[in-house]
Amino acid sequence: MAQIKKAEGFIDWLDQRLAVKAFMRVMMSEYWIPKNINFLWAMGVVLIALFAVLLVTGLLLLMYYKPDVNLAFDSVNYTIMQEVEYGWLWRHMHGVAASATFLIIYIHLFTAIYYGSYKKGREMIWLTGMVLFVAFSAEAFSGYMLPWGQMSYWAAQVITNLFSGIPVIGDEVVIWIRGDYVVADATLTRFFMLHVVLLPLVILAVIAVHFYSLRFPHVNNQDSVELDFEAEAQKYKEGRIKESRVVPFWPVFLSKDFFVVGFFMTFFFFLVCYHFDFAMDPINFEPANSMKTPAHIYPEWYFLWNYEVLRGFFFDIGGIAAMDIGLIAFVFANVVFFLLPFLDRNAMNTAPAHKRPAFFVWFWLLIVDMIVLTVYGKLPPTGVNAWVGFFAAVLFLGLFIALPILTKWEAKKGEKA
Amino acid sequence: MRELKILAIVIFFTAVTYWGVEPYAHSQMHPHVAPADFRFKEMEPLHVNGNADNGKALVEANCLSCHGIESVGYAAPMSSEDAASAYGVVPPDLSHAGVIYAKNYLAGFLKDPVGATKLSHKFNDAKPYAMPSFAFLSDQEIADVVAYLQNIVATKPSDKAVFEEACGRCHSMKYDAWNAKTPSAAMKNYLGAEAPDLSMMIRSKKAEYLNTFINEPLKMVEGIAMPRVGLSEASQSQVIAYMQNVGDRKKAERERLGLKLIGFMAIFTLIAYLWKVSIWKRAA
Repeated sequence: MAQIKKAEGFIDWLDQRLAVKAFMRVMMSEYWIPKNINFLWAMGVVLIALFAVLLVTGLLLLMYYKPDVNLAFDSVNYTIMQEVEYGWLWRHMHGVAASATFLIIYIHLFTAIYYGSYKKGREMIWLTGMVLFVAFSAEAFSGYMLPWGQMSYWAAQVITNLFSGIPVIGDEVVIWIRGDYVVADATLTRFFMLHVVLLPLVILAVIAVHFYSLRFPHVNNQDSVELDFEAEAQKYKEGRIKESRVVPFWPVFLSKDFFVVGFFMTFFFFLVCYHFDFAMDPINFEPANSMKTPAHIYPEWYFLWNYEVLRGFFFDIGGIAAMDIGLIAFVFANVVFFLLPFLDRNAMNTAPAHKRPAFFVWFWLLIVDMIVLTVYGKLPPTGVNAWVGFFAAVLFLGLFIALPILTKWEAKKGEKA
Repeated sequence: MRELKILAIVIFFTAVTYWGVEPYAHSQMHPHVAPADFRFKEMEPLHVNGNADNGKALVEANCLSCHGIESVGYAAPMSSEDAASAYGVVPPDLSHAGVIYAKNYLAGFLKDPVGATKLSHKFNDAKPYAMPSFAFLSDQEIADVVAYLQNIVATKPSDKAVFEEACGRCHSMKYDAWNAKTPSAAMKNYLGAEAPDLSMMIRSKKAEYLNTFINEPLKMVEGIAMPRVGLSEASQSQVIAYMQNVGDRKKAERERLGLKLIGFMAIFTLIAYLWKVSIWKRAA
């Protein structure tokens, strides 16, 4: 039991009971971040800001949304968009923030790959980050179903049907997921549950673990130099601020993040009010109709690369059905990013990509290939488009198969030099 | 400098991806078609001037057994329910027909209704169209009918009135409490498809697409059951304005508020930048 004395003020009163001063030191004023970083290191805080937007607007939308196939569309497009004061704003912010979150997640993820922040002690940061990516993907997919528009229905139909590719039990799994033989009211209600309760709980928990996993290996820096954080922190605390190579999270690091968040949110509100079609596809303003298949079915832009890996294999090879090859490639694409720290066989070299020529080429090939997959994932898969998709999908698989060989070779070359 | 270089790279790849999945992909999914033609120039224009007085007699003799003209006191001869079961679809009231429909279209429609509406894939000798052809009238007589219909329009109809006459016989607009005059079961029987509710059509199809689509549906969607209704350019823009007003009611508020939100964040960003500079001056 701590010595409780008469408090000198409110903060002191709290501190005696909750140790708030020590807590703030650990979380904020003595959480040390390297100085030599660029704005890409602010993406984590941008994501927090976007997640806060999603959470708050989501709660507001939840007050009027009705998870029932007969009511859902009108509750969104009439009640929320037209009757509720500023309901349209909350919905537009929610939809655009979901899309923007994925843009920032991709920047965040490729920053980690470029600067080698996924290895040499930082594997848990990478893995928890990938779990977050999957959880956000499920969150986005389930959320997209809720307005019960044409693409809500047909994307749900196509994506849930993918599980029928699981050997032996596939068809039963699809029915189990849908709660019905086809996507119907039971499907909408359970995806509503996932979207507003289970997945947000998972996301909040994994965000906490993601932050926690960052504390021990520390934040990486743009030159991947190893810092003695204790020695550098000591310098800072002694007042040798310019000499020290670290800064505290609060206020120094966050002052820059606030600026980056502000810059991004300015753009965000432009998108919310004037340019939202990329995030709120017009086709989903048409009510779900199980009798009318849309001419083009495609997922939201952030799933397109993945979808194209699935779709790219459009012909049977060696007696294996095209659909099965596609599904195997699809599963590979979803799992392979988790394995990145272990596929990189030059684990001790954390230099940024521009100091690793072979890895540099690999990195930019991956970026270009994923953009090609994204674009061709939306185009109608006919004629030459199908072949571009096929070769881009093969290149994607090839890049990850080549990575261990390439990094092993790089490690050997490094030993000789 | 380094930060700006990185920012330029991030923006470049984001912009390329955006261009690929939005403007480029959509241009591939919706191939270009000829722009809307409000002169309906494939139908031979009339080369005679109509006489409204003669037209009045022709309309009374030929049209009023099916159509009402409420503005001059001719009520519809049947209730909507009876008309729908008798003809398949409720015949339009002709009060504003003279301004709602393009002149050239009206003349072409009287001569060859199935050809003008582009419904030959739905109607033929075995399943005749509800509106008979008046090709037996001379060009002068057809011009007289058109002149009469134009002559009786005293005031410009409201956006909503144009919608109700031109679209509302088949389509509902439930966000504005409008129910199609023809029951939807009858519609299905008549054209082989239910006519969709148009409340959110402005958001799902967008004004630009609707402008070409309403002008000639069959050009945009193969085999579609919707007829070409022959709206004049002015009345079509009234229809689209009405759809905009119902389906995207908050557009004006959205565009006003957008400036304030962007302004607020820009000021926030400026203050954050100044704060950052003052803090980092000491640190770096």
